[in-house]
Amino acid sequence: MVITQPKPFSDILKFLEGKKKIFITGCTLCATSCMTGGEKEILAMKEQLEKEGKEVTGYVVLDPSCHKLQTRSTLKKYKQALESADAILCMACGDGAQTVAEVASIPVYPANDTMFIGEVERIGHFSEACKACGQCELGWTAGICPITRCAKSLLNGPCGGSKDGKCEVNPENDCAWVLIYNKLKESNELERLLEIKGPKDYSKAANPRRVTVGK
Amino acid sequence: MGLAQKLESGAFAVTAEMAPPKGTDFGRFKQCAREVKDMVDAVNVTDFQSAVVRASSLGAAAILVEEGLEPVMQITGRDRNRIAIQGELLSAAALGIKNVLALTGDHPSVGDHPQAKGVFDMDSVNILQTATTLMSGKDLAGNTLTGTPQFFLGASVTPVYDPIELQVLKMKKKVNAGARFFQTQAVYDIELFKKFLEAARGIDTKILVGVIPLKSPGMANYMNKNVPGIYVPEEIIERLRKSQDKVKEGLKIAAEFINEIVRQKLCDGVHIMAIGAEENVPVLLEMCDLKRAA
Repeated sequence: MVITQPKPFSDILKFLEGKKKIFITGCTLCATSCMTGGEKEILAMKEQLEKEGKEVTGYVVLDPSCHKLQTRSTLKKYKQALESADAILCMACGDGAQTVAEVASIPVYPANDTMFIGEVERIGHFSEACKACGQCELGWTAGICPITRCAKSLLNGPCGGSKDGKCEVNPENDCAWVLIYNKLKESNELERLLEIKGPKDYSKAANPRRVTVGK
Repeated sequence: MGLAQKLESGAFAVTAEMAPPKGTDFGRFKQCAREVKDMVDAVNVTDFQSAVVRASSLGAAAILVEEGLEPVMQITGRDRNRIAIQGELLSAAALGIKNVLALTGDHPSVGDHPQAKGVFDMDSVNILQTATTLMSGKDLAGNTLTGTPQFFLGASVTPVYDPIELQVLKMKKKVNAGARFFQTQAVYDIELFKKFLEAARGIDTKILVGVIPLKSPGMANYMNKNVPGIYVPEEIIERLRKSQDKVKEGLKIAAEFINEIVRQKLCDGVHIMAIGAEENVPVLLEMCDLKRAA
């Protein structure tokens, strides 16, 4: 899931300076789970904007915001509310906001900061799990991603900066390499760690990337 | 005799660490270098140690060569990608720098520019692989070099680490990638060091045990709490607490430790990290039962 966090409201107001009439979009998927762009959060945003003297001409929870064709056809249904608006405030991830910006003819502003690809540990608790490096390493690391969960993305084992199994960079985080070691030891696969991993091929992560199925 | 020959001859080697200045004034750096010149086999220059901005290790190492000392140039993967690391290594060789110590590098978040982007394109093992590749006359892409560098490659290891098997595993990788010697994190407990040596037995390499002379009980407590891989036993802290001249007592503790390492023939040398008190290195070495290196 793409994890988002709301931007400070003051930042949003700065974007919307001089824009009186606002249309709000949200997203049924990640932003709804992150409580940053579901219907509930949109209504709260509407109320806040109205308190600031803005007029909200309408809103829609896109299903999902990152689906370009879907977004285009959904927004068509809100033609009138959109035509009377000066700007769109998008309460999705950075991808969702760009999709809306591509299909809309008025300025689109983000309400959220996009944080990472991660998992929902429990409601309201998210942790980063994948850096989208383009070459998944999980096959030899006991299902624990060292690219994401090691602060230095190390591939040849731990640095000297772990103490009691915790990371020096943030002692709340486990050292990914101690986790990997313990798990591989359990499954009797420690020999997987002996192979030297050469420098990673970062050309696989040269952005912007594109994927076309069937090619 | 250079560091490589000294270690290969089986003699006990002594290295000391010096940090380049924050600024352009190398006066104190040069002064400290001159004072240890005939007492050590080589001097390590740190590479933006603790992720703090200073003059670079390449620059400082070149200054040591000018001063007639043998540098060990430390190089980390934190601030340079594979292109910059290869360029830095080639420049080092051209400037007469033979010894290179490859490190992954502290994370920028622990330094004085915590907003910096950490590079970590290569870790310590990859840097060793890279230096070894350059020594074959090619760069990492397989292109031929004009002039081939020769290095004596080193790496670091943390002897007090749990699980130690994980450190030993990485140590083996470093040896396979070209490391010929190791300088360890500071050790204070000789029994813990012996446990590490037992775990690392059979690895064909040279080990220089790390020593940081303590300056106060507060410093020891701070390191115990905050520096991964450092453990100062309580009886040593107590000795410092009871002493009048704490710096002198710290040097005495370090000298006793080094003498014990030599007496028991535990490893191949000692690496002294004075962290800002480099002027104490000759004092410490005078207190040890070591034959002059030069």
